[in-house]
Amino acid sequence: MKFWRSVLAIAYKDLLSEMRTRETISSVVVFALLVIVIFNFAFGGNTEQMRLVAPGILWVTFAFAGVLSLTRAFIPEKEEGCLDGLMVAPIGRDAIYVGKMLSSLVFMLVVEAIALPVFTLLFNLDVFSPELVVVTLLATVGFVAVGTLFSALAVNTRAREMVLPILFLPVVVPVMIAAVSAFELALAGESWGAMSSWLQIIGAFDVVFLVVSYLVFGYVIEQ
Amino acid sequence: MTEGNTAAARPMLRTEGLGRSFGHHRALDAVDLQVESGECLAVFGPNGAGKTTLIKVLATIMRPSSGRVMVAGLDLRDSADSIRRRIGVVTHQTFLYDRLTAYENLEFYSRLYDVPGHRERIRDLIDRVGMTARLHDRVDTLSRGMQQRVTLARSVLHDPDILLLDEPEAALDRQAVATLWELLRSEAGRRRTVLLVTHNLERGLELCDRLVILDGGRIVHRSSRVAASFEELREAYAKTTERSA
Repeated sequence: MKFWRSVLAIAYKDLLSEMRTRETISSVVVFALLVIVIFNFAFGGNTEQMRLVAPGILWVTFAFAGVLSLTRAFIPEKEEGCLDGLMVAPIGRDAIYVGKMLSSLVFMLVVEAIALPVFTLLFNLDVFSPELVVVTLLATVGFVAVGTLFSALAVNTRAREMVLPILFLPVVVPVMIAAVSAFELALAGESWGAMSSWLQIIGAFDVVFLVVSYLVFGYVIEQ
Repeated sequence: MTEGNTAAARPMLRTEGLGRSFGHHRALDAVDLQVESGECLAVFGPNGAGKTTLIKVLATIMRPSSGRVMVAGLDLRDSADSIRRRIGVVTHQTFLYDRLTAYENLEFYSRLYDVPGHRERIRDLIDRVGMTARLHDRVDTLSRGMQQRVTLARSVLHDPDILLLDEPEAALDRQAVATLWELLRSEAGRRRTVLLVTHNLERGLELCDRLVILDGGRIVHRSSRVAASFEELREAYAKTTERSA
């Protein structure tokens, strides 16, 4: 109970802080929309071609928007030593990780919720089927689980904007490939059964990286 | 003079052979300290002496490389969470989130510390540090001195037994300093145990019961307030800083 109270307090604090300025959300949303619009122009009005490239475009958009937001995730904690403030509080390092992950997850889902309708409109594809919603949710969890850990690692480095993508993107390649493949199948009207192997990969990735990140986070933030 | 000769059965804070290395550099080297309940220990030392590292290790922000830390009889290695509940920390940084108001910051920390009746507690502390009028202002609109006042309220929010203070008076005016020492040092008739890191010899001598000088990660001088005069302390400190220069 105490664990979840601390987790919610950290997540709420992050979201409240972001709502005050909307600095990160506005730049990430604008970035995501620009990528979608540019790709839409690049691939023209060919519906068949669009259907083929759409999953890749969507996940490239989410990946780069995610990197942009995760780079910022720990910056407020470094300013005025707030991470030290969390570390001297009587809460586990795991609660700090889950709290930061939860706020990043909400943040990413908000970005996706804004980007997806625009994507649907420009690419003339329905991405609001239950299959696609499940794939998006599962893949985003894995993405954020790894991203939060690497964001904490990168924030102590000078070139954090470069370090995070270099460390993070190779690790999330499996979940990206699985998400793109599952999206392709879902857009082609395939059943849950056809997507199950990809969903299992995403699910396994989520579990493994949630557990690993949860366990090693304390070592990452302690000096 | 041997430390802790006024010892009660169990010191509030004790370190044994405490060491912390960064690569080949030993920031703390076999530091033995003992602070009794209600006592104030001042730690002086030149830049790079290991004072901030000592505070960070005692505050559980950094892991020690060697040695042992005991707080109220609890070993830091197995009881870090319980120890954190009993410690309040003030460092060079405020631990306050710029975009939140002073009240929101204190409310956030009171949730982490499970402070009962936190609304009243926050209002009481903020009143004592003279910040009631700015309670609902964002921290980034406050002056550094005002932020420091909120920081001091944050550090005693959970009524800790021990305070680890690293230059707590930075950015405060003289009037605020007096009020704030009263707040930090005791509450409800109970004296807190304080470990104070400062460059201000006069202030350390005035406030603390015992004094140590740290240099190169080792304790090179120990004395009590009763035994030491300001001149003696200044001489010992000057020798240390000359040596390290």
